[in-house]
Amino acid sequence: MRIDQNQLDAARSGEEGLVPTPGQTIGPFFGYADGYEQVHLPFRDGNHLVNPARPDAVRLTGTVYDGNGDPIPDAMLEIWQADAEGNIPQETGSLVRDGWTFTGWGRATVDNVGTYTFSTVNPGPTEEGKAAFIHLVVFARGLLNKLHTRIYLPEDTEALEKDALLSSVDADRRGTLIAERQADGSLLFDVHLQGEKETVFLQFPGIEYPDHA
Amino acid sequence: MKEIHDSASGETQPRVDFPPYRSSLYRHPTKSMHHADPETIELWSPAFGHRDVHTLESDLTIQGQGEPLGERIVVRGRILDGDGRPVRNQLVEIWQANASGRYVHKRDQHPAPLDPNFTGVGRTITGDDGSYEFTTIKPAPYPWKNHHNAWRPAHIHFSLFGTDFTQRMITQMYFPGDPLFSLDPIYQSITDQKARDRLVATYDHNVSTHEWNTGYYWDIVLSGSNRTWMEGDTDAH
Repeated sequence: MRIDQNQLDAARSGEEGLVPTPGQTIGPFFGYADGYEQVHLPFRDGNHLVNPARPDAVRLTGTVYDGNGDPIPDAMLEIWQADAEGNIPQETGSLVRDGWTFTGWGRATVDNVGTYTFSTVNPGPTEEGKAAFIHLVVFARGLLNKLHTRIYLPEDTEALEKDALLSSVDADRRGTLIAERQADGSLLFDVHLQGEKETVFLQFPGIEYPDHA
Repeated sequence: MKEIHDSASGETQPRVDFPPYRSSLYRHPTKSMHHADPETIELWSPAFGHRDVHTLESDLTIQGQGEPLGERIVVRGRILDGDGRPVRNQLVEIWQANASGRYVHKRDQHPAPLDPNFTGVGRTITGDDGSYEFTTIKPAPYPWKNHHNAWRPAHIHFSLFGTDFTQRMITQMYFPGDPLFSLDPIYQSITDQKARDRLVATYDHNVSTHEWNTGYYWDIVLSGSNRTWMEGDTDAH
């Protein structure tokens, strides 16, 4: 579809916004198997926001489950987060993995048993007293549109208690948004696309999810 | 599918629960999506630039030792947000099947030939006017196992970033007049015809070039930006 000048003028003058293009499933064939690592989804080391050997590196891991409780082998996850001081990265080079630049963005595919792993740092709160979180987007074969959610850090219980989003979620589902800290310091966050433990997925202004109207 | 369509209209996004697409059955949330106001990190997007992407990566026909087989096409368009603002200097990624309907992927076992000169993947960074352009090969339909005699219409997958991370999206571009549209549950998961039309490129003779390629034009609209725009912001990102 081509957006014509009249539609563009109307949108820019605030009369009538443009309607977003529909999303579609990522399908099964987004990752390439044999040697084109530089140009494909995901790209090489996309899941390493920092080198895992760095002393402050934190492992963020989990499994993506379907409504039967079975892990799914063809999902892609992206995270986007502040650095340890709560700064939002603005430098270009988000695909580059030079071992030094923290760009705050990562992409991982799940393996054959549904598990993903990121190497990152604990995000700091972006404002004092705010609960720190990592933003997560989920794509999968069989999932017709992207899903957004948040991964909160478990430690700052006072900030979690005051958090506007968490407070607006039913108490029995709130836990699906909070990672578990493991003994080795890593963060565990499972994604349940459906079922009793279904993750709370977020709808931001501007994108509808029609069968959830 | 017709019954679902008849009971719905004016929906601009796909249903995530669409039973004719069998794989969606256990992979869609059943509970209401939770309304959220974007905060802090969500109001920004990762930043990309020419450090990330070489200009040649938008040409999928020059990745091998020779010319890939098939109809050479150029796909051109703009990435805009809901307020008509161009999405500048952002990453666009594509992946697709080759001219025989085969992906370079270990799980694609469709017995159609692989093309040693075609990987089917490319990326680019949008220009200041939100424009993008790819040179590639027209993909062919391919069979899948959703139902008996199921064939996907020819399509190119597009991955897009906006100025907020809430605008992040992945979609598929289709070719005009495809006879498989009415039979495809992934395309038909968008219940409204006008919304489905938004995924179909236009044949554009101005994008075609003499003795070299045919041309298609496709604009992509992301949701509106949730961030309060500051003076000069439009140039910054």
